[in-house]
Amino acid sequence: MSAQAQPRKWERFFWPVLATAFFLALWHYAVVWTATNIFPSPLAVEKGLVELVHKGVLYQDILDSLRRVAIGYLAAVAIGVPLGLLFGWYPAINQVVNPVIQILRPISPIAWIPVAIIFFGVGDYAAIFLVFLGAFFPILVTCVDGVANVPLIYRRAGTNFGLTPPQVLARVVFPAALPSILVGLRIALGIGWLVVVAGEMIAVTSGLGYLIIDSRNSGKRYDLVVGAMLLIGIIGLALDLLFRRVETFKPVRWGFRNES
Amino acid sequence: MSIQPMIETEMSTHTLRPKLRTEEVNMIFTRDGKNLPVLENINLEVFDGEFICLLGPSGCGKSTLLSAIAGFLKPTSGDILIDGEIVRAPDPRRIFVFQERGVFPWLTVEGNIGFGLGRLPRSERAQRIQYYVKMVGLEGFEKSYPHELSGGMKQRVEVARALAVNPDVLFLDEPFGALDSITRMIMRGELLRIWQAERKTILFVTHDIDEAVQLADRVVVMSARPGRIQQIVPIDISHPRDISSPRYLELRDGILSQIGLAHNL
Amino acid sequence: MKLPVWLRPALFILTLLGAWQLAVYLHPHQLLPGPIKTAHGVGDLVHHGLIVKYTVASLFRVTWGFFLAVIVAVPLGLVIGWHRRAEMAFNPILQILRPISPLAWIPIAILWFGVGDLAAVFLIFVGCFLPLLLTVINAVQGVPAVYINAGRNFGLGSITLMRRVLYPAIVPRLMTGLRITLGLAWLVVVAAEMIAVNSGLGFLIIDARNAGNRYDLVLAGMVIIGIVGLMLDNGIRSLEHAKALRWGYAEKH
Repeated sequence: MSAQAQPRKWERFFWPVLATAFFLALWHYAVVWTATNIFPSPLAVEKGLVELVHKGVLYQDILDSLRRVAIGYLAAVAIGVPLGLLFGWYPAINQVVNPVIQILRPISPIAWIPVAIIFFGVGDYAAIFLVFLGAFFPILVTCVDGVANVPLIYRRAGTNFGLTPPQVLARVVFPAALPSILVGLRIALGIGWLVVVAGEMIAVTSGLGYLIIDSRNSGKRYDLVVGAMLLIGIIGLALDLLFRRVETFKPVRWGFRNES
Repeated sequence: MSIQPMIETEMSTHTLRPKLRTEEVNMIFTRDGKNLPVLENINLEVFDGEFICLLGPSGCGKSTLLSAIAGFLKPTSGDILIDGEIVRAPDPRRIFVFQERGVFPWLTVEGNIGFGLGRLPRSERAQRIQYYVKMVGLEGFEKSYPHELSGGMKQRVEVARALAVNPDVLFLDEPFGALDSITRMIMRGELLRIWQAERKTILFVTHDIDEAVQLADRVVVMSARPGRIQQIVPIDISHPRDISSPRYLELRDGILSQIGLAHNL
Repeated sequence: MKLPVWLRPALFILTLLGAWQLAVYLHPHQLLPGPIKTAHGVGDLVHHGLIVKYTVASLFRVTWGFFLAVIVAVPLGLVIGWHRRAEMAFNPILQILRPISPLAWIPIAILWFGVGDLAAVFLIFVGCFLPLLLTVINAVQGVPAVYINAGRNFGLGSITLMRRVLYPAIVPRLMTGLRITLGLAWLVVVAAEMIAVNSGLGFLIIDARNAGNRYDLVLAGMVIIGIVGLMLDNGIRSLEHAKALRWGYAEKH
């Protein structure tokens, strides 16, 4: 940006490591100096997590959270993408349905919990429903926008070669919109991960979100609280990076500007 | 300088019926409640295998006319007939070549060229694709994606894609506009080579006078606001054309003065 | 006869409401109320003055949390985005913190601030700060080099450059980021109130259910949440328009 020297290769590792080490040290000493006996130090967090691994509980919680995200998210994709393509392709339909979507969208999935509990009871399905809600609207909106932004030239070329409108939608509009749809899908996955953790804090009795609430409630185990938070961050990041790999596949790579 | 089109003279030299004809085509766009006349009384005849250039400044409606002839726009009044049928919609027999940004970025060169060939059996499809890849000089790049190619190469892909479905008519809307002038000259030569090999009817829109005189059998000079055919100039130089020959310069200067420009800058 | 534009969507909404009412009518023994009962619930809340009270409480927290996040994130983002090494240094930490739901911070929030307004504001701050920071960093990195070079060409020093070139250049993307983050803040406040506070629209929902299964109030609360959220979004959109006109940026669509 400014007239700085081009960073060298080793710097790509040096600076992050330095900054992270600095923060960990800061954290550690803050705990020591304030002599708090509740807020954990980094070492305490590590010890707590190892303890959970030994007890065999951690894997189950992680798997439970992942499972709920997977089901809810895939359901949102399976319903949201076709609907979004349809609404984007027929603006008349979109015009009719959009106001409803605009009203439902600002309602936090968490606010749906009482309704979810009525339909699904306390448990897995409620959490899955929340993930679905959280991911569905962003996916729908992204697909509608993606279709609308496909350049007219592509659609004209499609009809020029004799394709019927459904064929144009499938063979031209969908591939053309795919890069921006993928971005929306990636963001929706991130949202799903956020929602599942939140949902687990209220509506279920397993999973990483529940681990956080439970660790606090039964014994003020803040080391586990922070440990679970870090795990949530790392897994969420892993999901995001995995998705970004998909964005490098050649049939969609053209849609992404060069990001280092 | 007469407004009377020279079409009557054309009629006497071509005994065949025209491939493409526009009859009293008018186009009016409505914007913010106001009527904008874009095309007025366009009467044009194009014969099979001809190379026609629509020449005019920006905004004279030549692209609109081309889009209408291709079936993407409906004229406000008047008819467009190809092979005696009124044009109502785009058709694979008449392919529109956009600037190189019409190439589909999610398909390889092969995928693009084969786009309109879905109905053919696989072996024939592969053969055709290979033939046209060679014709436009892109051997070795079959599996490349458009974002890996230069502008000129992408343009070739689009031309190959258009040719592969064996259309009767090709519409080209300033296809070389985004290329540098050296590549442009090369591409013009390529286009002529292909045209002479395949003898398609070509309608080519440009704002470049030299380009029109270099390529066309007849140049349709259009004036702007509203778009009208000012004059149709036949270019009677045989290919390959010497762009320094007196006849070339004479024709070019004639068109320059038609448009109202002097050739001393 | 030309039909007004809003007629079709309105009819669609009415149809949905009708179907909902019918479904409830056919299953009288379950707890979910129909639209008519929900509307009564809204009326109830208005009558008791609770809507205003709860909405104000929620908005109050959103405003504070959001503004604090803006004040810290924008300058910090400008600096980090500007210095490539800073971005390299902090990026891993930011990327790990990003996927952590603000609600996961609740135990820490309660630990530090107790149950109440401050905790809610803190949660909103946490929920807004990170996305906003990343948006600003992203926007700064997206500023075309030509702008920076032009500024340099005119002899601007770093700080002046940031103020007179960088910041104005990122304003469009910043406005979009602010709008999205405000929407996020609204989501977070509702969720936070359901778990950690004793007032506000989120609390209304949980309380209505817990203290008597008043699902008509639950749904009424949800409807109000949706409407207020929509109004916030529209409000900031018109701000975007006004700013866009002032800066002379072309409309995107």
